[in-house]
Amino acid sequence: MVAFADFLPYILSGVIWTLGLVAGGLSIGFAIGLLMAIGQIYGGEEAKAIIHAYVWFFRSIPLLVLLFLFYWGVFPATGFKLDPLACSIVVLGLRSGAYQSQIFRGGIISLGDTQLLAARALGMSKSRGIFHVVLPQALRISMPGWSNEYATMIKDSAITFSLGVLEILTRTRYVVSATNEALIPYFFAGALFLVLTYAGTKVVNIVYERTKIPGLLGRL
Amino acid sequence: MAETNVVLKVDGLEKSFADNRILSGVSFEIDRGQIKVICGPSGSGKSTLLRCLNLLTEPDKGRVWLEGQEITNANVDVNSVRQRIGFVFQEFNLFNHLTALRNVSLALEKVKKMSKDEANALAMKELARVNLANDAHKYPAELSGGQKQRVAIARALAMNPVIMFYDEPTSALDPHLIGEVLDVMKKLAQEKLTSLVVTHEIGFARSVADEIMFMGEGKILEHGPPSQIIDKPTHEAVRLFFKRINELYRRDED
Repeated sequence: MVAFADFLPYILSGVIWTLGLVAGGLSIGFAIGLLMAIGQIYGGEEAKAIIHAYVWFFRSIPLLVLLFLFYWGVFPATGFKLDPLACSIVVLGLRSGAYQSQIFRGGIISLGDTQLLAARALGMSKSRGIFHVVLPQALRISMPGWSNEYATMIKDSAITFSLGVLEILTRTRYVVSATNEALIPYFFAGALFLVLTYAGTKVVNIVYERTKIPGLLGRL
Repeated sequence: MAETNVVLKVDGLEKSFADNRILSGVSFEIDRGQIKVICGPSGSGKSTLLRCLNLLTEPDKGRVWLEGQEITNANVDVNSVRQRIGFVFQEFNLFNHLTALRNVSLALEKVKKMSKDEANALAMKELARVNLANDAHKYPAELSGGQKQRVAIARALAMNPVIMFYDEPTSALDPHLIGEVLDVMKKLAQEKLTSLVVTHEIGFARSVADEIMFMGEGKILEHGPPSQIIDKPTHEAVRLFFKRINELYRRDED
């Protein structure tokens, strides 16, 4: 009989790595996604075309292929020496940026153009209007969609086991091969992902409720 | 010099969207303290005219001067021009995520660079001016249409504009809410705040306008004192327009 108490803490400590991947990936994705959403709506034709191509690229290729492409191909070829963790965070971020841009884009579009128009009529520059008037509202509208992105990111982070990042799945696989016991370790790993997904979406929901605009029903 | 008294001068303004000609040569002037009302059927270019005048829409041709400065010049800073023109929209366009107070104070802080305290104090003063001091901390969704439009007026007034533009300010309101907005506008007119008002409120035009300009087919078809334009228009289209509006009003009064 294997002593589960010995290997469960080892798998559990993978949570920190998983959260690091997710936090890093979502943050990079947030910055890229927000800028691209703004560019896609307010930018010139060239910017729109570049962003469109970017989104199409990162949404069309499997994550596993992207990870290998960047870790074995793009980074070495361009002289970057990224370890598996850093490479994974960057790739998750670049890819999440493509998805997040479409979430934020939807939020900005659903707001309509009258809010920015009113800001500009007061003499606000376009960028000030976007920052102070459009984004606070669009980001809130985007929260339910963003909560899906978080859940997707938690689950996708497991694919970085392919580069040996010491997140939950990688550790679980080590335990399985060392103990020849699969059921409980994988079940435990699944339970960890379940808890992380649940807790994160719950947090986003709480923020969403807390930022509710008084009197406004429906989407906002 | 008489010239310095002209707040807004428009000369030969033209605007087309694709093949659709909206404005085909509009010219007029407004002196300080004057209230001019623009009437006309929908599609006659009234809203486009206002938007061209504060550069929210770029005119194709023609020139516009604000207090003697040509604003249709390519080198002009559009943001500084717009700060001097108060704009009130038909649909209010309040910032939905901000309280009434913040709606008014935001541009004071971000554009006029006032401190938060200064901006709040001025915003409270402007809200009091439109009788909304007690609703300063409500969000737009908690206000009636008439209250929203008054917040929008306060927001424009706070910037201390040299001229106010109103784009059908009561057209999106329920009939019983129109009065409170018109009352505020009348009060401002009595304070001699230079204004250009697109509206079909004949009563308002009659009591405060110095002149009515009637627009049709992208031009000013006829202009003159309210009594002349409403009661004795020379242009057939103008006569028909006011006949219909008068019929509507009489029906309301029955």
